[in-house]
Amino acid sequence: MPLTFNRRQALTISAAALTAAAWGGAIVPALAAKNDSDELIKKFTGGKTPAEGRVRLDLPEIAENGNTVPMTVSVESPMTDQSYVSDVLIVSDGNPRGGVATFHFSPASGVSEANIRIRLAETQNVIAVAKMNDGSYFMASKPVKVTIGGCGG
Amino acid sequence: MAEVKPRIKLDRKQAKKGDLVEVKALVSHIMETGLRKDASGNIIARKILNRFTCTVNGKEVFSADFEPAISANPYIQFKFRAQESGPVVLTWIDDDGTKIVGEESLTVT
Repeated sequence: MPLTFNRRQALTISAAALTAAAWGGAIVPALAAKNDSDELIKKFTGGKTPAEGRVRLDLPEIAENGNTVPMTVSVESPMTDQSYVSDVLIVSDGNPRGGVATFHFSPASGVSEANIRIRLAETQNVIAVAKMNDGSYFMASKPVKVTIGGCGG
Repeated sequence: MAEVKPRIKLDRKQAKKGDLVEVKALVSHIMETGLRKDASGNIIARKILNRFTCTVNGKEVFSADFEPAISANPYIQFKFRAQESGPVVLTWIDDDGTKIVGEESLTVT
C-alpha cells in the first residue's frame, strides 16, 4: 500500500491525534496534587525545596488492598549529635487529606528508619521529606498502584 | 471500650551499649477517619490515635504524629540505640485524650 492517505484515512488519523491530545491534557493536571500535600510540604520545609536523595521509601508497586499498605522509610544519616535526621514527613497526593504521618527522630534513635501501614484511597504518589538538624531537606517519592481503595470508598 | 493492650516485641531483651534494638508494636484501634458515612448518611466521628511516643528509661527515643491515613490497628516498627537499662514505654494518645500504654524492659550491659 502506498504511503498516501485519502480523505477518510486522514480524518481518522487526525481524530485519533485529537483524542490523544485530549487525554494528554487530562493526564497532566491529574499529576498535580489533588489535596493539601503540597502545602503540607511547604509548611514543613518553610518554603525550601527539598533535594532529591538520601531518603529511601519502600512501598509495594501494586497494593492490592489500599486499607493497609506497608511502608518503610529510611534516611541516610550518621545519626550522631553533630548530624542527624530530626523529622520525616510522609504525605500522599491522592488521599482526601494529604497528611499521613510525621516521625520524630533524635540521635538516641540510632538509625532513622520506621515502618508503618498506611491507607491509600487510590493510585497515587507517596512522598517522604526528611529534615536534617542542619536545616537541609531531602525527599523521595514513590508511585503506588492501588486496586482496592482504602478510605471506606 | 475495653482496655486495649498493645502487643510489643523487642528483638532482644538484653543488649550491649550502642546496639540497635528493634521495636515492633501493634495496637487494636479502629482509626476512624471522620470522612466515612454510615448507612443513613451521617458522618462517623473521627477517632484516631494521633500521637505515638517511645521512651527508654524516661528519655524519648522516637515519636510520631499519625493522621487518618494510618491503617486500622496501627502497626509500627522502629529502632533505637541502647544506652541504658530501663523500661521501654510506648504510648499512644487518642483524639479524646485517652492513652494506651505498653511497657517492656531492656537490660543494657
